[in-house]
Amino acid sequence: MHAVTSQHEPPPAQLRRNLFASMALIRAFETRVAELYRDGDIPGFVHTSLGQEAVAAGVGLALRDEDYLATTHRGHGHCLAKGVDVDGMMGELFARVTGLCRGTGGSMHIADPSHGVIGANAIVGASLPLAVGAGLSSKLLHQDRVAVAFFGEGAVNQGSFHESVNLAAIWDLPVIFVCENNIYAEFTDSRAMTRVPCVADRAAAYGIEAHTLDGNDADVVYAATAAAAERCRAGEGPILLEAETYRWHGHYEGDAQPYKPDDESLAWRDRDPLTIAEARLVHDDTATAEELAAVRADAGARVDAAVEAARAADVPAHEEAFQHVFSR
Amino acid sequence: MSSVAEPQTTTRYIDALAQGMRTAMQEDERVVLLGIDVGAGGGIFTVTRGLHEEFGSERVIDTPISEMGYVGAGVGAAMTGLRPIVEIMFMDFVGVCLDPILNQAAKLGYMTAGALQIPIVFRTQTGAGRSAGAQHSQSLEAWFAHVPGLKVVMPATVTDAHDLLVAAVRDPNPVVFIENRRLYGMRGQAGEDPLPLGQARVARSGDEVTVVTWGQSLRECLSAADESSASLEVIDLRSLVPLDMETVIASVRRTGRLLVVHEAVQDFGAGGEIAARVADELFDELRTPVRRIGTPSVPMPFSPELERTLLPGAAAIAAAGEALLAEG
Ligand SMILES: Cc1ncc(C[n+]2csc(CCOP(=O)(O)OP(=O)(O)O)c2C)c(N)n1
Repeated sequence: MHAVTSQHEPPPAQLRRNLFASMALIRAFETRVAELYRDGDIPGFVHTSLGQEAVAAGVGLALRDEDYLATTHRGHGHCLAKGVDVDGMMGELFARVTGLCRGTGGSMHIADPSHGVIGANAIVGASLPLAVGAGLSSKLLHQDRVAVAFFGEGAVNQGSFHESVNLAAIWDLPVIFVCENNIYAEFTDSRAMTRVPCVADRAAAYGIEAHTLDGNDADVVYAATAAAAERCRAGEGPILLEAETYRWHGHYEGDAQPYKPDDESLAWRDRDPLTIAEARLVHDDTATAEELAAVRADAGARVDAAVEAARAADVPAHEEAFQHVFSR
Repeated sequence: MSSVAEPQTTTRYIDALAQGMRTAMQEDERVVLLGIDVGAGGGIFTVTRGLHEEFGSERVIDTPISEMGYVGAGVGAAMTGLRPIVEIMFMDFVGVCLDPILNQAAKLGYMTAGALQIPIVFRTQTGAGRSAGAQHSQSLEAWFAHVPGLKVVMPATVTDAHDLLVAAVRDPNPVVFIENRRLYGMRGQAGEDPLPLGQARVARSGDEVTVVTWGQSLRECLSAADESSASLEVIDLRSLVPLDMETVIASVRRTGRLLVVHEAVQDFGAGGEIAARVADELFDELRTPVRRIGTPSVPMPFSPELERTLLPGAAAIAAAGEALLAEG
């Protein structure tokens, strides 16, 4: 694994407990979604972020509610960590009127501008220019808001990556580019698709700062993001964070992942971000194992309640299909 | 045990496509295949499964997620001696790689007075109806048919999946080849006789209403012909460019009524062009106004219920046929 280059202070105790709670919620949500999808309860395509919870939680909790977030097809965790409502998300996955997008968006398109989330996106590389635009708004409207673009390492070979990072750099925009490097893009080992497998190395080409982080350590991701946000708010321009992590499940639910070596998958399972956090919290007496088990149980119950609410909710009526094609 | 004779040549649409590529690659070693996960992974829908093993990494080439780059490179390679088949995984993704198709492939043969030839096939797929969301459901064939210099092919049957693909690769021009993923599992006669592009097919004879269609809508139209009390003559255009108006005109001359059906959004769709051409030639012979059925002009919603009500289905087509008959 690449060296972790974060040199920031660890977050305070309460925050670390919150990071754990956020990860527990994402874990419970994604685990349940995978089951529901397998059972045919959720339509469309579903991409879960199991194993990547620390990146979402670390970034999400380091941001303010009004900060912007643009994400990808694998965005459930990012939205949850940013404070998006669990019921609204589950309702959307079930395509119910209680969904955040009233059933028009689905898993790949969760959006909630009331928490700064300008959308998950099903076009690889689309999140970056949108976040740059959000950063431009923030700057020109003097808003002090930071914009985060999440993307996978597969997206960095899209032209939109190059164009977006350069734009943010020349305009000194408050944008944090967060690459979740989980090694694989669909069935392809991304290291075979570039001569520069370390995404952070690319930042030099645009003259911006970058760090490669242990993406399974929420404390590390949090600290690096908090520092990056501070820089952005100080008007020092964009920064790139590469979080090294691993997706446990297939590219989509149902993908049997023949392209992954078994020992690699097992090694990463051993680096479960929740277990890492749990061990540290218990070890330094920030929380007891029982308390953390209760946090996980609460998260499970919260998700169960959201599933029940979604099941009970109405599906959109035919007329809804014709609303919002244009703004009024 | 008495066996019901299964036609021995029955195969799936998806396998017919693979066989079409195999045929093309066997008969001409300049044919190469490029795309995301088309190689060892066998394609996200398994369309290209087996081709990598058979033809090797020099002819079945996995690309990064860099559509602008590899689609453009395909066009350049087509100008200089290769005959690429370039896969764009979902038709919606042409949004990130339109220039090489629109401004390069479509025009440079003409703009060089024929000095350059651009024998390339842009293979892509579409198909709403599975809650893929608005960024993974669009049928954009009319966009390409509107650009001088591009041929546009949409195989609706298993036979054509093979035959039209081979014909497209043999053609010395850029061809946009549009599959429909809802047809991938369909079984039918394996094709083996590539036919020149631009020959429509009367898929069902009838004498009261001519129904012109292409792609996946053919199935709906054939079901409609089964259900409807009106006698529908169903024509599968197979390609929009070249457009076989002769077959259409001959049919409408007999029936005096025309219904055009397509999955793409109705407004400004290819149905309008066909309606106008028929009105031009047969104004005095039409017994009723020409009717069109397409998807209403809304981005395709995620909700399965909404999607179902928006897509043109057999019942609506049958009813439209009967309504035309009642009109005159
Ligand atoms: C423009 C575009 N090309 C291709 C795809 C198909 N696709 C969806 S996700 C994906 C892989 C993305 O990999 P990465 O960016 O590393 O994100 P991860 O899935 O690992 O989270 C691909 C190729 C797409 N959605 N959009």
